Amino acid sequence: MMKAAVVVFPGSNCDRDLAVAFEQAGFEVSMVWHKDSALPEGVDIVGVPGGFSYGDYLRCGAIAAQSPICQAVVEHTKRGGYALGVCNGFQILTETGILPGALLRNAGLKYICRTVDLKVATADSAFTQGYSVGDEIGIPIAHHDGNYFADAETVKMLQDQDRIAFTYAENPNGSVADIAGILSENRRVLGMMPHPERAADDGHGGTDGTAMFRALSGIFANA
Amino acid sequence: MKARVHVMLKNGVLDPQGEAVRHALGALGFDKVEGVRQGKVIDLDLAEGATEADVTEMCEKLLANTVIESYSIEMA
Repeated sequence: MMKAAVVVFPGSNCDRDLAVAFEQAGFEVSMVWHKDSALPEGVDIVGVPGGFSYGDYLRCGAIAAQSPICQAVVEHTKRGGYALGVCNGFQILTETGILPGALLRNAGLKYICRTVDLKVATADSAFTQGYSVGDEIGIPIAHHDGNYFADAETVKMLQDQDRIAFTYAENPNGSVADIAGILSENRRVLGMMPHPERAADDGHGGTDGTAMFRALSGIFANA
Repeated sequence: MKARVHVMLKNGVLDPQGEAVRHALGALGFDKVEGVRQGKVIDLDLAEGATEADVTEMCEKLLANTVIESYSIEMA
C-alpha cells in the first residue's frame, strides 16, 4: 500500500485536509508530530501542510524548519524521497533549504483568501503529470506571505531546468515571474502556495487538485 | 553579556511593509520621507564566554534568512 505521512506542527490547520486528499487517492496516511525524529517506515511521500506553524514567529516556517521532524524530512528528500509542501509547508521547505527562494509578505500587504487560476507550467513531474502544460486550474489560495522571491540567477535556473510547476494566471501577491509552485532539482519535491487539497472533493466546489493526488498514487502504485 | 542583532531585508528585495509606512507618513504630511525599510531587532542575553562568532552562527542558522535578509551584530 502506498504510504503518505503528514507532518503536524503546533499551528498546522490544513493537516487533516491534506491527509483526506491523500486517502481519497488511495494512500495509507499517518500523521507525524513535529517532535518525532523519524518518519514511519516505508513512507513514499511526506506532506507538509498549511497553517501557522509555531505562530509564524520570527519568519513563516523558520522555527518549524528547525524541528526534529523537519530534519527527518530533509534526510528523506536527500535519499530521493518525495515531498509536497503546501502554503506554510512551502514556506517551511524553503526555510529548510530543500527548495530555493523564500516567501515574502504579499505585495499588497493583505491576506488573500480566494480561488485563483493557475497555469500548469510543466507536466514533467509526479505531481503535475495528470495535467497538460498550459492547462488552467482553479485552486484556492489563503496566505499573507505568498510572495515568492528568488534572485534573478535562481529564477533563471528554475526556468532553464523546467522546475516551475505552476504560475498564477493573474499574479495576486507579487511573486517573481508569477511563480506559484516550484520543484526540486530531482523533481520529487513540490512546494506551492495554493492549496490543491482544498480542490479535491465535490464538496469543495472544485476538484482541479484531484489530478495531482491521483497522479502521485499512480506513480507509487506502479513502483 | 548582550548582543543586539539587526535583521533587514536585503537591498533589492521589495519591502511592502516599509513602503506602506512611507505612504502613511506621507499621508500625515511628512513629505520629506523618500524611503522606509522595516526590519527587526533581536536582543540576546548571553552567558559569559559567548563570542560574536557564536552569534554569527545563530544568524546564519536561524535568526536571518540570508536568501532575503542581511544582518548585523552589535556585541555589548
